[in-house]
Amino acid sequence: MKIHEYQARDLLVKFGIPVPDALVVETADQAKEAYEKLAAQGTPLVVVKAQVHAGGRGKGGGVKLVKSADEAGEVAKAILSKPLVTHQTGPEGVEVKKLMVAAGVEIEKEYYLGMAVDRATASPLLIASSEGGVEIEQVAASNPEAILREPIDPAMGLQGYQARKVAYKLGLKGKQVNQAVKVMQQVAKMFIDTDASLAEINPLIVTPASEEYPDGQVLAIDAKINFDDNALYRQKDIAQMADPAEEDASELRAKEFDLTYIKLDGSIGCLVNGAGLAMATMDLVKLHGQEPANFLDVGGSATEEAIAEAFRIILDDPNVKGVLVNIFGGIMQCDRIARAIVSAAQNVGFEVPLVVRLEGTNVDAARKILDEAKDAIPAMVVGTDLTDAAQKIAAAVAAA
Amino acid sequence: MSILINKNTKVICQGITGSAGAFHTKGCLEYGTQMVGGVTPGKGGQTDANGLPIFNTVAEAVEATGASASMIFVPPPFAADAILEAADAGIKVVVAITEGVPVLDMTRVRRALDSSRYADVSLIGPNCPGIITPGGCKIGIMPGYIHMPASEASTGKAVGIISRSGTLTYEAVWQCSERNIGQTTCVGIGGDPVRGLNFIDCLDLFNADSETDGIVMIGEIGGTDEEAAAAHIKANINKPVTAFIAGRTAPPGRRMGHAGAIISGGEGGAESKIEALREAGCHIAESPADLGSVMAKALGL
Repeated sequence: MKIHEYQARDLLVKFGIPVPDALVVETADQAKEAYEKLAAQGTPLVVVKAQVHAGGRGKGGGVKLVKSADEAGEVAKAILSKPLVTHQTGPEGVEVKKLMVAAGVEIEKEYYLGMAVDRATASPLLIASSEGGVEIEQVAASNPEAILREPIDPAMGLQGYQARKVAYKLGLKGKQVNQAVKVMQQVAKMFIDTDASLAEINPLIVTPASEEYPDGQVLAIDAKINFDDNALYRQKDIAQMADPAEEDASELRAKEFDLTYIKLDGSIGCLVNGAGLAMATMDLVKLHGQEPANFLDVGGSATEEAIAEAFRIILDDPNVKGVLVNIFGGIMQCDRIARAIVSAAQNVGFEVPLVVRLEGTNVDAARKILDEAKDAIPAMVVGTDLTDAAQKIAAAVAAA
Repeated sequence: MSILINKNTKVICQGITGSAGAFHTKGCLEYGTQMVGGVTPGKGGQTDANGLPIFNTVAEAVEATGASASMIFVPPPFAADAILEAADAGIKVVVAITEGVPVLDMTRVRRALDSSRYADVSLIGPNCPGIITPGGCKIGIMPGYIHMPASEASTGKAVGIISRSGTLTYEAVWQCSERNIGQTTCVGIGGDPVRGLNFIDCLDLFNADSETDGIVMIGEIGGTDEEAAAAHIKANINKPVTAFIAGRTAPPGRRMGHAGAIISGGEGGAESKIEALREAGCHIAESPADLGSVMAKALGL
């Protein structure tokens, strides 16, 4: 599960991690007021940031530096007035409903601080780099030695010595070290306590020296936190932060029926049981010269109603020019799928070619059901095996 | 032979009174697995629909039945505890079918199981179909009838199968059985990012098993386990390995059903895995429909 930057900032505050002052607003007038409040505390430079889940906000025009209340208002109006398009949103963009207005800070040096679960060590992992402010993937590609990794015992948390080791390797000095150690330990604690799956503070910065902070202050400027969906049952506060407006409507609809659906850009709708087979079916479509319109795993225990809904979701996608059903019945019984196809044909109707390939539990009963219904479903063709099914749907769509 | 389990393995089911636990206990019994009991706290002393004794704790079940393997169906919030309970009670093969276990729970489980105290415990899963030695012992949810015992294979060849995906495993099994290639053991290692046995553990077991002639390995996007397996195959495995990687068409940043199947941070893409496996001398199935034919060819059939 993803949350907005302002929600991530609230979490950082809750865990005692220092961040610049900021306010959340929903209108241009509120943005002006927010500017005035922040300016009154001595920060003439203020950042207005669109609150959307997608990355690439800066390049998409969703993050602007402003120097006056009027400018804050104008920028806010502009961002709120139209969908924000970034490289992660697709060309239609996403609507911006909230803005974060944050005090600008002077930056002496930028760092990267992140947490993830490391598969290799089966542990939470602290990741840090002295090359902050850029995407960590770029650093990993261009300068892998600049990335520090510290596996954490999930029962003990990040130990002081581990954090000090990282802080000194990052090149922090004097009073910066203890500030950074505290930030790292609290970020690790937050990650574990909230069942996060990813936490990134990028950049983590050190400000220029001041009277209060003779070696500069360590501050978290931008935070991105994702959570483990499997743990939301015990993270009620986190679960409440979900923003349904950020999710694809058909993916939400699928979720209600315990289906896993991910919309893609191709033209062949896929209905499959099992995540691995669903991915493999997409690959198979591509191998036969077409593009998959979706990933859809109906799971092992889907009801006939859920499967019928799955067909509806697939057919609601205007890009879909053909549907490939690929089921290897284990727990899932093939006859249940067959009955759902018949019911979907009656209730939804197949106006595009449909190729069905069934194998496994109760397959003979399923074939009988489909055979009896074949006159009623002229769009349907039965695939004898995987390759045959893929060839048939690719040919049918190419001919259409 | 087989790996990890055989016809003499005694198995209990943790969560035997739940609907999935009860259903699949019956399925395993019908397949011929020596199911000897089950565990549901609070229901000790009762028997299940098949007449199997139910115990309150795994320790009691092990003491009374001599079970050495466990099939876990308890709900996700309690799955980590169930795995640790099994290991602590002396169970050697712990098969966690449960889907949806929080990943941090699994990091704690691995901390415990990786210690020397549990060096002889093998965890399979979670979020997996289980493990089967065809004709001998099935621990899990896979349809038994698609499998072919090594002894019944008219080609005289048998393979071991290792997979991160359930239904894709069935696909591989089916295609092998259709070609009269038997299976010594099939292990579904599970679709979660942090799990028990991995490709390398199973590759070593199959490599050492005299009856296994070849190995089918089914990976998917996410992580670098397939790359690690490729390096291991190159250095240590002397049997033909057929490999398929699912997710060539998956977009980065989207979790494709399995918690572990996500391309992120420039890592976990299908192409690099396929290249690593090819470079290690594996026989690559470009299409999931080719798993059986590629394996047959690699076995000289």
